[in-house]
Amino acid sequence: MNPTIVRALLYGGFVVLALVAPMIASDFLTQLAFLWVMIVFALTWDILGGQMGYNSFGNIVFFGVGMYACAVIQRDAGLSYYPGLFVGMGVGAALAVAVAALLGSGILGLRGHYFAIGTLGLGIAAGELAGAWSYIGAGSGMVPPLYPGRVGGRETFFYYLCFAVAVAAFPVLRWLYAGRFGLAINAIRDDEDKAEAMGIATTRYKTAAWCISAFFLGLIGAAVGNLIGFIDPRDVAFAGPTFGVWMVLMAILGGKGTLWGPVIGAVIFHVTQELFWTYLLGWQRVALGFLIVLIVVFFPLGIFGWARERWPERFGHRVEEPPAPPQAETGK
Amino acid sequence: MNSILEIRGVRKAFGGVVANNNVSLSVSPGKIIGLIGPNGSGKTTLFNSIVGYHPIDEGSIKFDGHEISQLRVVKIARLGLLRTFQQTRIYGKMTCMQNMIVSAPYSDAGWNLIFRRISPADTRKAEDLLKFVGLHGKRLLRAGDLSFGQQKLLEFAMALMHEPKMLLLDEPTAGINPTLIKGLMNRLLRVNRDFGITLLVIEHNMRVIMNLAEYIYCLAHGELLAEGRPEVIQNDRRVIDAYLGAH
Repeated sequence: MNPTIVRALLYGGFVVLALVAPMIASDFLTQLAFLWVMIVFALTWDILGGQMGYNSFGNIVFFGVGMYACAVIQRDAGLSYYPGLFVGMGVGAALAVAVAALLGSGILGLRGHYFAIGTLGLGIAAGELAGAWSYIGAGSGMVPPLYPGRVGGRETFFYYLCFAVAVAAFPVLRWLYAGRFGLAINAIRDDEDKAEAMGIATTRYKTAAWCISAFFLGLIGAAVGNLIGFIDPRDVAFAGPTFGVWMVLMAILGGKGTLWGPVIGAVIFHVTQELFWTYLLGWQRVALGFLIVLIVVFFPLGIFGWARERWPERFGHRVEEPPAPPQAETGK
Repeated sequence: MNSILEIRGVRKAFGGVVANNNVSLSVSPGKIIGLIGPNGSGKTTLFNSIVGYHPIDEGSIKFDGHEISQLRVVKIARLGLLRTFQQTRIYGKMTCMQNMIVSAPYSDAGWNLIFRRISPADTRKAEDLLKFVGLHGKRLLRAGDLSFGQQKLLEFAMALMHEPKMLLLDEPTAGINPTLIKGLMNRLLRVNRDFGITLLVIEHNMRVIMNLAEYIYCLAHGELLAEGRPEVIQNDRRVIDAYLGAH
């Protein structure tokens, strides 16, 4: 069959399944909503971590910024529920992008491990700051306004909202990776000095990449604050040890630097995690830690990365012509 | 003073080590110029200074009429002065085609430009250049899976993709199978003749550089030791002594 049709059917089936999921699995709506959140986490982390080779442990900052900004708008802007929420999401995303641009101009100059450690510091600092700032509730956090619809409608609404963000993020990234942007950030990953020597404006690409990441994290952060219904500075908004680490793991599990890898990784990780919670209660953290070790030891390249090493031809890496009569240039 | 690259009195020191001292040389457009010298004589340092990899301590470097000694790597590359590396540098996890296309001489000046699509013209150009260096059949392989010699050819093709006015080649034949060297030399000559690209070549293989270059500069201990046409350099007592370690 025509690969375009196969792809269209695949995407179509995926979307239909996602749309009807609330009807067939209404008991698990919050968990399903979080599945989309996880997919957004993994996809946005992979822009820097996978495609650009900058392992960020600070992306959680943008998530928290979006969450708080939205809650502040909802509290202070005097708008009714839905306008307040959507304006809040917009402001949250915009503020997250602004923070990314500001932080990026300094910290994106760091390379390798230094960047990872620097960003780790950012996440922790943001949590501490939010926990001490009384305008946003300090240590006692914030409570977004109550959902005005019927009881149980809240979960359905936020399921579709999270789904919308994930479904928006995926084609945008797909489009970006297929153009000059994708090639340039891949070049930065493989050899940043070479990229500079070839006239690629690396700083501009790096900042743009982080801002795109921040945009979607800001949006999803705003939604998650309302979905959970309570914003704790360290455990929900700037939750580095949970969300912040998971986004890294999910991308690695699925395969860094691939489009579908983070999505697959997020689904597997989230389902496994929920199963641990259900069947290994009391030991769920131990089991999760064990899973993390397994991922890092046995799947350092992730599922997609492993498949690519195993069957490179399937991913298009093949020699086009049979080695013609030994030619001085190509022969080895 | 009709030269594309004009270097005057360049000095570069790393702490107490003077890597280049009072080096002056000039390259006329359309020529192939050689740069030789024993190991550690400061050839690669001079290359790094020219392309803006580090600031120089004294002197002036002019390219195509612009003073470039204060400019950064990216700016200098945009002006059309490109270098290849002694330790070949390609983007290992990207395919050969991707390596080529990302090397196209785009301006990244506007924010909208960094999201642009890849034009069919660039794809064609990349394929043609890969044919030129004999890597067309391997264009879908990841660059990191190529042999060292093939990676050198790819790096060379990437530099051509950028349509430079001048190329600085750091030991283009190092680590290449002797039977391939002839093919590479022919390509360097064709690039110079057909594409009109000026070449400044660091080379240790004397047979290669003597046949390739029209004029040769020799560095020793960071200073310019001798200059002249290949036959003059070949018979220069000081050059021979420097290579054999007479001082």
